[in-house]
Amino acid sequence: MAALTARQRVGWTAANVVVILLALIPVLWLVSLSFKPPAAVTDPTYWPSQWTWGNFSGILTSSQFLRPLVNSIGIGLISTLVSVVLASMAAYAVARLSFPGKSVLIGLALLIAMFPLIALVTPLFTIERALGLFNNWFGLIIPYVAFGLPLGIYTLSAFFREIPWELEKAAKMDGATPFQAFTMVIAPLAAPGMVTTAILVFLACWNDFLLAISFTSTVSSRTAPAAMEYFSGGSVFTTPTGPIAAAAVVITIPIIIFVLFFQRRIVAGLTSGAVKG
Amino acid sequence: MSTVTPDTGTAASRVPAAGAHRRRVPLSEGARADRRLAFWLVAPSVLVMIAVTGYPLVYAVILSLERYNLELPQQTKFIGFANYSAVLSSPFWWQALWVTLIITVFSVGITLVLGMLLAQVLHRTVFFRGGIRTISLIPYGIVTVAASYSWQFAWTPGQGYLSAAFNNSAPLTSQVQAIIVIVLAEIWKTTPFMGLLLLAGLSLVPDDLLKAAKMDGATPWQRFLRITLPLMKPAILVALLFRTLDSFRIFDNIFILTSGNNGTASVSTLGYDNLFNALNLGIGSTIAILIFICVAVIAVIFILGFGTAAPGSDNGTR
Repeated sequence: MAALTARQRVGWTAANVVVILLALIPVLWLVSLSFKPPAAVTDPTYWPSQWTWGNFSGILTSSQFLRPLVNSIGIGLISTLVSVVLASMAAYAVARLSFPGKSVLIGLALLIAMFPLIALVTPLFTIERALGLFNNWFGLIIPYVAFGLPLGIYTLSAFFREIPWELEKAAKMDGATPFQAFTMVIAPLAAPGMVTTAILVFLACWNDFLLAISFTSTVSSRTAPAAMEYFSGGSVFTTPTGPIAAAAVVITIPIIIFVLFFQRRIVAGLTSGAVKG
Repeated sequence: MSTVTPDTGTAASRVPAAGAHRRRVPLSEGARADRRLAFWLVAPSVLVMIAVTGYPLVYAVILSLERYNLELPQQTKFIGFANYSAVLSSPFWWQALWVTLIITVFSVGITLVLGMLLAQVLHRTVFFRGGIRTISLIPYGIVTVAASYSWQFAWTPGQGYLSAAFNNSAPLTSQVQAIIVIVLAEIWKTTPFMGLLLLAGLSLVPDDLLKAAKMDGATPWQRFLRITLPLMKPAILVALLFRTLDSFRIFDNIFILTSGNNGTASVSTLGYDNLFNALNLGIGSTIAILIFICVAVIAVIFILGFGTAAPGSDNGTR
């Protein structure tokens, strides 16, 4: 791309600026609202003229938000861990072993990835109430794992295919035990794919709203996105704009961190299964 | 599925890694060990996926054939297809289906065009490349509900910058305008995903080919239509399939922006309302099954369109 003319350069730079602005304006609007004092919320200017931490200190001392935040983190981490472990096993089989029913497994994963969630809410709601899983961490973890698995199997089997598995044999030839060969040769090669998959699965769990509002009824297991619906304003007639905006900012922070540190990985993970597969 | 039949003897030869070629037995030790291992590795995932989707789906079919209201549990009884005729003759279902289809067609269509532009920008950007990819990933990663609130507040009269910019309008209170806002929110959220999938397809287009065409006097537009687009077809179809099915189950944005009021309910919010507000498990399950059938039809149409490029068709040999 060395032969860009000055005009082309200006054009592409302008395009970049447009992309950045379009991506950031709605996010910065939430930041702006979260710092506006309650009296200024009804002022439609984009940027606050006065700044306050009040909305943040309000939600971060209220169990209406803190408990759901803890639930979101706990449920997200457990679901991610279980999904990645189970998906790694299945993806290893898909990438390395020959067995009957492999394409059935891939088809099943694809089917579940496309499943309309609402179609499961009604029966799962009934089943979870009967099993005592309703309004319980496990009532969300189990479906999150099930929906994390297709994503995990797809992404991980794409990554696992790229690993030069001959290295394992070479290490054994050089006198490594199978355990050493695995921990010192294969595991470091597999780690990037597993981290990527873990991020994608965690983001999916962190983002879920439909299952979270359907299978919970109190703050003891409600997750953060679902909890924002239940914030209360100063009176029945006022929307708690400031607290909702502050909560939205808080649950966006982990995403910004992931994206900042793992941008390359996330892009690779999102596209690995889709293009080659 | 080339290695299904267990006792042909060819199965063993297809597993060179197993390294058990000493005897020409129907299935070598190594291959059999492979299968055993594969079975145990795959079993937990398959069990979880079937327990959470397969069983409830069957259960939903049963519920959809019953009159079952949580407020009147003693009147529960098998009523055949009465729920289906009730839903299919209800204007609410057809309106929700239309709204969902309109939102899907517009948001996916516009996202495809914008995603293609974004992919071109990301592909050409030389400096600040990582930065722009990072920033364009934010809409993809942000919690949908958080983004929906941003749009809702922005379009609230007397409070939002967008409402103020459009003469203090209240678009969320009228059907057509609310649907436009919902479509805009969907486009903002999903364009980066589309752009990244298309970017991956774009990077498969060899630069030399484009240069050669340029030498031969092809205009940029001709190069795009005749070279880039045909080579990207598989990537475009995959991206379209994912986005269409995802868009068809739209729930979060509508729930936050309008709660499905003013004729903006989608099939998903309609199903949710029947379950949690009307507590009607029978009707709710019927809607669930109908949505499932719609999604299956869309998927089949796409997969027929894919031909051999279908995801997974090539997986057994790769």
